[in-house]
Amino acid sequence: MPQFDPAIPIYRQIMDEISGQIISGKLKAGGQLPSVRELAQTFQVNPNTIARAYRELEREGIVFTRRGQGTFVSEEEGIFVTLKRERAEAIIASFFREMSSLGFSRQESLAWAQESINRGGDKNGARIGRQ
Amino acid sequence: MVANNLIKKYGHTLALCGLNLEIPKGKIVALLGPNGSGKSTLLKLFAGLIHPTAGEALVLGERAGVKTKSKVAYVPEFNHLYRWQTVEEATRFAMKFFSDLDYELAQKLIEEMQLEPEQKIGSLSKGMHARLKLALALARTAPVLLLDEPLSGIDPQSRRKILTALVDTYRPGEQTIILSTHQVLESEATFDQVLFLQEGELVLWGEADELRREHNSSIEDLFTEIYQ
Repeated sequence: MPQFDPAIPIYRQIMDEISGQIISGKLKAGGQLPSVRELAQTFQVNPNTIARAYRELEREGIVFTRRGQGTFVSEEEGIFVTLKRERAEAIIASFFREMSSLGFSRQESLAWAQESINRGGDKNGARIGRQ
Repeated sequence: MVANNLIKKYGHTLALCGLNLEIPKGKIVALLGPNGSGKSTLLKLFAGLIHPTAGEALVLGERAGVKTKSKVAYVPEFNHLYRWQTVEEATRFAMKFFSDLDYELAQKLIEEMQLEPEQKIGSLSKGMHARLKLALALARTAPVLLLDEPLSGIDPQSRRKILTALVDTYRPGEQTIILSTHQVLESEATFDQVLFLQEGELVLWGEADELRREHNSSIEDLFTEIYQ
């Protein structure tokens, strides 16, 4: 069960959680999502918040509802690529934001990333770990 | 639930000073504010237990009073159950007053709250007592549920059980739940809307997720910011 950050809209965090499960393959294309009530119980979150997350996901084309049957992951192949790209962009944006808080420009940040690759430190900082 | 220029005075003390608000049907709403901000007074007015000095409190379009009482389940902060009764007797006793109490649901909730039907009310800890009060209130099918400080002064485990039962039994879209609380951090994922009261006035209100986005902050931090 994820811990929610109360400073970020909770429905957004639920959307991210579900998108994450689609990217990681835990939720498959065409697969059924848990019911609103089930998810509300699992996350200990207001069911209206879950319903809102499902509505927004549907609006973005990531899931769809079958009347009387529930909510399912979209079967469109493009969705998976889009989600992955969005997630990658978010990670990159957060990288630049954090580097900027250390006083590095985007160019400098890139140079640092390149240097890290050159040093072989791209494998989760494995090199530092060996010291 | 609507308050129109709602005023309540106790002697010379102004508890609510011309409150205007509208709570949509079917949501869980948190009523936040320090002691003396008017939270309990507002809940009692909606419960039809006290009368406004001026203005009106409406429940499902009707003035709160004798006629609306059957539509409202109200749980006071103090302990109102008889000490000499057992949990089972208290349940049956409550059914005499509240025809909307679902006995099977009450039994299920009492079990989930880890209470024994044969236990005497007088022997229950503070947390157990709070759990029983909530179980009996959640077992009612009334469209409005008013909870005055259901989480205060009890152990974390009881608070968690109460919040779990609240989310599990809540009927979205049909049932309106208003709860006053100080335990903001623990409960903030359970409510749709928030009303911040201060000295009998509404100082901030809105959808919890919208407030989080607008202020880049948790409801807990907003609470601290407003009242300190």
